[in-house]
Amino acid sequence: MTSLAEIPRGRSAIVREVAGPRAFRRRLLEMGLVPGTPVRVVTVAPLGDPLRIEVRGGEWSIRRAEAAQITVEAAKPGRVP
Amino acid sequence: MTRPQIILAGNPNVGKTTLFNALTGLSAKVSNYPGITVERRRGTMALGSVTADVHDIPGTYSLHARSAEEEIAFDAIVGHRGAPVPDVVVLCVDATQVARPAYLLLQCQALGVRCVVALTMVDEAKGATPDPRALGELLDCEVVGVTARTRAGIADLVAAIDRARSRDRRAIWRWSPEAPLREAIEAVRPALPQAWTTPARDAAPDPAPDPAPGDPDPDAALALWALTCIEPRTDPHDGDELDVPDALREAVLAAASAHPELDLDRPILARWAWLDREIPRLLRRAPDRSRTERIDRILLHRVWGFGVFLVVMAVLFMSLFAWSSPAIDAIDHGFKALGGALRDALGDGVLTDFLVDGVIGGVGTVLVFLPQILLLFLFLGFLEDCGYLARIAYLMDRIMRSMNLHGRAFVPMLSGFACAIPAIMATRTMERRRDRILTMMVIPLMTCSARLPVYTLVIGALISGSPVVGGLLMVGMYLFSVLSSLAAAWLLSRTVRPLRANRLPFLIELPPYRWPRMPDVLRMMWIKSSMFLREAGTVILACSIALWALLAFPRELPAGARDYRALIAAAPDADTRQALENRHKAELLAHSYGGRLGHALEPAISPLGFDWKIGVGIVGAFAAREVFVSTLGIVYSVGGDADETSEPLRKALRDERRPDGKPAYTPLVGLTLMIFFALACQCMSTLAVVRRETRTWRWPAFLFGYMTTLAWIVAFLVYQGGRLLGFS
Repeated sequence: MTSLAEIPRGRSAIVREVAGPRAFRRRLLEMGLVPGTPVRVVTVAPLGDPLRIEVRGGEWSIRRAEAAQITVEAAKPGRVP
Repeated sequence: MTRPQIILAGNPNVGKTTLFNALTGLSAKVSNYPGITVERRRGTMALGSVTADVHDIPGTYSLHARSAEEEIAFDAIVGHRGAPVPDVVVLCVDATQVARPAYLLLQCQALGVRCVVALTMVDEAKGATPDPRALGELLDCEVVGVTARTRAGIADLVAAIDRARSRDRRAIWRWSPEAPLREAIEAVRPALPQAWTTPARDAAPDPAPDPAPGDPDPDAALALWALTCIEPRTDPHDGDELDVPDALREAVLAAASAHPELDLDRPILARWAWLDREIPRLLRRAPDRSRTERIDRILLHRVWGFGVFLVVMAVLFMSLFAWSSPAIDAIDHGFKALGGALRDALGDGVLTDFLVDGVIGGVGTVLVFLPQILLLFLFLGFLEDCGYLARIAYLMDRIMRSMNLHGRAFVPMLSGFACAIPAIMATRTMERRRDRILTMMVIPLMTCSARLPVYTLVIGALISGSPVVGGLLMVGMYLFSVLSSLAAAWLLSRTVRPLRANRLPFLIELPPYRWPRMPDVLRMMWIKSSMFLREAGTVILACSIALWALLAFPRELPAGARDYRALIAAAPDADTRQALENRHKAELLAHSYGGRLGHALEPAISPLGFDWKIGVGIVGAFAAREVFVSTLGIVYSVGGDADETSEPLRKALRDERRPDGKPAYTPLVGLTLMIFFALACQCMSTLAVVRRETRTWRWPAFLFGYMTTLAWIVAFLVYQGGRLLGFS
């Protein structure tokens, strides 16, 4: 188990838990980052932050500190199924 | 009979505006929601034989309101707080990403809303588009595929909306809460304001006492909404900013403390569990993002990406700075010519002065902003619709974040180099009010083009005639403005409570690249620009006229002064007459209310090395900073048409002496003056436009107060520090 912030670029992972304050956590859950959801770290912005993630067919920019609140289980290299 | 009310809802970036334009045609009207600048678009459409009102509400991912925009969306969908109860909510669903908007649909249905799904981006999704009929069966509402650009499917959508009006309210997904949550809901339910309950909102009969599966229980859903959204205000950072009755707030907090084990994440997870079970089987294959990925490989590349970014920003900046200047000059000259013609036609007199200098001058002051505003909104609309604006936020977020600014604040701040007025209007591309206001508070610190004449005059007259030194100083002033605005953002976001960073995740969707639809871009450009003319323009005009009056009255010199009129009439030649006229104007200005204000300001500005003449210039500069130059031209009797390169004006400044015979304006005073102009909020139009964007005088007052204080303190330190170091 690691956090989404530690997933190397190009790799996928499965969301296991979302932590953080209530409003923050619920917003991520409502966006569909619920446990069991595959996420792929597409790449990292040129200045090292934020991350670009692919989740549920869309791409999002998420700050590293926020990605650190998402516990994931690393999956095999490749695309999000 | 009242008109049917149709709401257009959906996630951001799903083509909602294009669909709205396709449905309402030319009937659309744009205004603002009271209290904030969230554009409120309304229009009408024919629904069978009746006319229906169509409301386009802010894009949202959920009805759990955390921001003002989401609260508006929630109020509109439910029909709270003066919003009409909608007959049908048309939910725009991006065919490439069905699950996320379906989440919103489940929330809407639970609140007892009749929904119709408009499946947008069908042309883009191609084979990945889910079958509308299967999706409709799953969600228990009609699903119509539309391509708004070609109007394909619009007629079917209108027919579906018409049919939905008479349907029952249904919710396909009903969650069965566990005991603690059920008890909490029942505890909160009686505290719901009467106006929120189903019978009050809807002409329909009371819900059945024992609802069958499929019948929504909106009051329970509202109680759940309240439980989820209302938070204790323990920490000033935390807690919601919702405008709900105190009774409801208390009931929610009481229920929450009575059930400490309450887990309000569960309903969210339960909705997603249902969606994840049902939606995937409808999706034939993953949407094709390869085009977007190919483009992003270049545009977000660590080297090429910044290259492209710099080029785009350079073009944007050049267009605001250079390309708009012919139009600005033309407007300027046009109004001067118009004023001159009017003066010739009417002859001298107070009415002529009022019309020419007050009214026509004031209208000109407003209209000179128009070219830049049009260009900026053209660019922003294009960049937003094609998807690049979100990428700019992504690229710049690291830098902007360190100052607690939004990644999207970059473009408005860059635009601030040209002019703060369009730049402040460009803050609308940020969704959250806090981000917008913080950006607005620091944009006026950027070196706008109206400061350049002041700097040019001061550098040329007082500091150095060398183009190299002058150029370096100019660059220095630009750097100083960047640093001061970033520092101000950092400081304000840590000290001013409404501007503090909140704890919501900073997620930005990076939508697929799409070719913008130019009619939509042009239309929004014109709508936003005309709102500026209507709302900010009137304030600017009123201020211009007031400022004119301040500097133009009284129109007679006090008794005992020289009789300039007689002297001018007796002047032996044209040069003498001109000199006398200039002297006359200078004395009139010195005795005007504005001139007296300059005198009155002297004690406050003399610690900065400024005398009353600069005080008058500062008063005049409130109309626009460059007016400082022409006001000084009048004060120094070289005529009001002096510009920053005018040699007589420069000489007059250099030759000015204090009572003790020393030069009044030393290089140190010049530098202090530049610092003062860099930091002071010397621009009534900026204040008017901040007022217009924030809908309150509080923020412009704060802006004026903090910038003027900052300018005074820093100028004081520079001047007195310079003197201590031995500069004069």
